[in-house]
Amino acid sequence: MTTVVKQKSDVMLNYLRPKMKFPSVWCPGCGNGIVMGAFIRAINKLGYDRNNMAVVSGIGCTSRMPAYMDFSSLHTTHGRALPYATGVKFARPDMKVAVITGDGDALAIGGNHFIHACRRNIDITAVLINNYIYGMTGGQGSPTTPSGAFSTTTPYGNVEKHFDACNLAIGAGATFVGRATVYHYPQLEKMIMQAMEHKGFSLVEVVSNCHTYFGRLNRRGDASAMLKEFKENAVNITKAKTMTPEELENKYVIGTLYVNDDKTEFCDEYHKLMDVAQKRKK
Amino acid sequence: MTETNQIDESRSRSKPQSKYDYSKGPLPLEINLEWCKACGLCITLCPKQVFETDRNAKPVQARPENCTQCTICWVHCPDFAITSNYK
Repeated sequence: MTTVVKQKSDVMLNYLRPKMKFPSVWCPGCGNGIVMGAFIRAINKLGYDRNNMAVVSGIGCTSRMPAYMDFSSLHTTHGRALPYATGVKFARPDMKVAVITGDGDALAIGGNHFIHACRRNIDITAVLINNYIYGMTGGQGSPTTPSGAFSTTTPYGNVEKHFDACNLAIGAGATFVGRATVYHYPQLEKMIMQAMEHKGFSLVEVVSNCHTYFGRLNRRGDASAMLKEFKENAVNITKAKTMTPEELENKYVIGTLYVNDDKTEFCDEYHKLMDVAQKRKK
Repeated sequence: MTETNQIDESRSRSKPQSKYDYSKGPLPLEINLEWCKACGLCITLCPKQVFETDRNAKPVQARPENCTQCTICWVHCPDFAITSNYK
């Protein structure tokens, strides 16, 4: 199939790999495509060199994304995207490193790696696309599946409590944490730009739609219905501060939740340590 | 493709509110129907009801004079099928 790449209006078409087959592998209406568009347009607005930028991913629907984008990319084992990205950043501190990961990839099998990347405060941007279910493997319950929600492995409703990835990252020591939904596209693009510019570990949690499994099993409707639900249930952080916890149940608090510019970055600290050790050796 | 599109006139605005004049040039948007998967997001999210569906549930620009180039349809298109001819 020949891919017709237009140069006119949408700059993101220039960033797609011409050898990849399009349309993409995702289901019709999947939010991954919207996040991919936001990511590419954010990088284009920031003006980064695409050869000096690494995009790392693990396993899952979301982790198919770097294959379509014309950056240096690394497709790694399940849950281990952040350790690989740590290695890339450590070897090449001048490189911009972004990790695109899903909720099962980052919080279930890679949960340990996730909190330790937050703790080290290494200069990586993690875009965590949260669709509340394991989409690729057939709709099993993930750590973010809400209590009472149905999935293939919880046919009578989930009895477990779910992770809040943003609060987990703040507690573990990340220095930029934000949440957006796929409906709120301008905020999402702006937040990815802020996160890429931030020095330190930054997490952007994107609430996305999996209407094929989560929407179908929980009677949420198709992609349009789920995006409308995000529109109705999203609350900005400034408004959420005036609301009670009972009012905030089943709402998505969006916006920049936490920024800390004072914490030192891991690569800087390590290079200082190298200088000290080399002087002592002489 | 012999069926004609039935345009619901009640959804159409009485006056075109766009500052762009599409009568001379091409249509406001270009839709890559090869990449389109007919998810319906552009049709639902368009605030000016520019689109209608064809027989494959893919979008057609039924009311191009309403389009204000607000970019909502093409930033929300998960398959990068919509681009603008004017912006």
